[in-house]
Amino acid sequence: MAEIAVSLWRGKADGRYQVYRVPQRDNQTVLDVVTWVQRYADPTLSYRFACRVGMCGSCAMTVNGRPRWTCRTHTAKVVVAGKLEIGPLANLPIIKDLACDLRPFFEKWQQAKAVFAPRLTREDAIERIIPTSAARLAVDAAIECINCAVCYAACDTVRWNADYLGPAALNRAWTLVNDVRDTGNRQRLTAVAGAGGCHACHSHQSCQQHCPNALNPTASIAGLKRRSMQAYLRGELE
Amino acid sequence: MSVRLYILQRATAAVMAPLLLLHLAVIFYASSRGLSAADLLGRTRGSLTWGSIYTVLVLAAGTHAAIGIRVIASEWTPLRGAALESLTWACLLLLVVLGLTAVAAVVLA
Repeated sequence: MAEIAVSLWRGKADGRYQVYRVPQRDNQTVLDVVTWVQRYADPTLSYRFACRVGMCGSCAMTVNGRPRWTCRTHTAKVVVAGKLEIGPLANLPIIKDLACDLRPFFEKWQQAKAVFAPRLTREDAIERIIPTSAARLAVDAAIECINCAVCYAACDTVRWNADYLGPAALNRAWTLVNDVRDTGNRQRLTAVAGAGGCHACHSHQSCQQHCPNALNPTASIAGLKRRSMQAYLRGELE
Repeated sequence: MSVRLYILQRATAAVMAPLLLLHLAVIFYASSRGLSAADLLGRTRGSLTWGSIYTVLVLAAGTHAAIGIRVIASEWTPLRGAALESLTWACLLLLVVLGLTAVAAVVLA
């Protein structure tokens, strides 16, 4: 049976890659490879996954140097000369092996005020949203984020600037800026107009290049740059 | 980069774009006509127009470059806070002083 020589990151930041020989199968994902190692070669291997169908965003790892969702990445697509290298996501602290600490990632969602601030209560009637309105179309283009942190790991600005909020948090903020039901834009635009906000983005577009859901956070960030600039010139920022 | 610096850098870029094209046109004109240094100084000395154009260009270029260097320094060095502010103002001052010195040399008689 054909085998893949899989280099897996073991340990924390000062760890190293260790090679395992894994049977190669048809229709095998990178997550299948990692799971095989844990079940049959080394049960102490730590990694994170949940849904296995590309919905939960838990299983992102660095595959041959690129951040990917491993449950939807077939080995046939990424194995080169019988070899595969799998590491933890970049730009995040390593807890152990392939599992990263995602707290900095999600704390920046909070800092970006990327949280819905409703105007109505559950007692009110549900607001009608016109699906073809410009604002709703802008939301639709950016809403399918699964919080996998692939864009965050791929971002050069995140690597260089520890304060930068990152593509995912800013993309989420952009969906809320365009949500007509939301009331938090003054605080949100103020939050994303600061030193680590949207204007720190260099538009390298790595987030767009690597997003497994083919979203374009760079475009969302460009929208935030325009909207926060207009708000600043009108004196609407806090 | 904050929104304030972002606007300042974009605005100075917008100012520089036409002035740099004019600057290039002047260079091509002067070299194609074979004008000597004395010919050029004869046209620029005492000229309020050339003095104004290049003063604006120097101020825009100095501001634009200082903000750009500030961004690079914040990403590639540990400089933060007052140290970063000092570097930005020092770059601005250096570039503006050097630029205005050059402008004075060709405009003032």
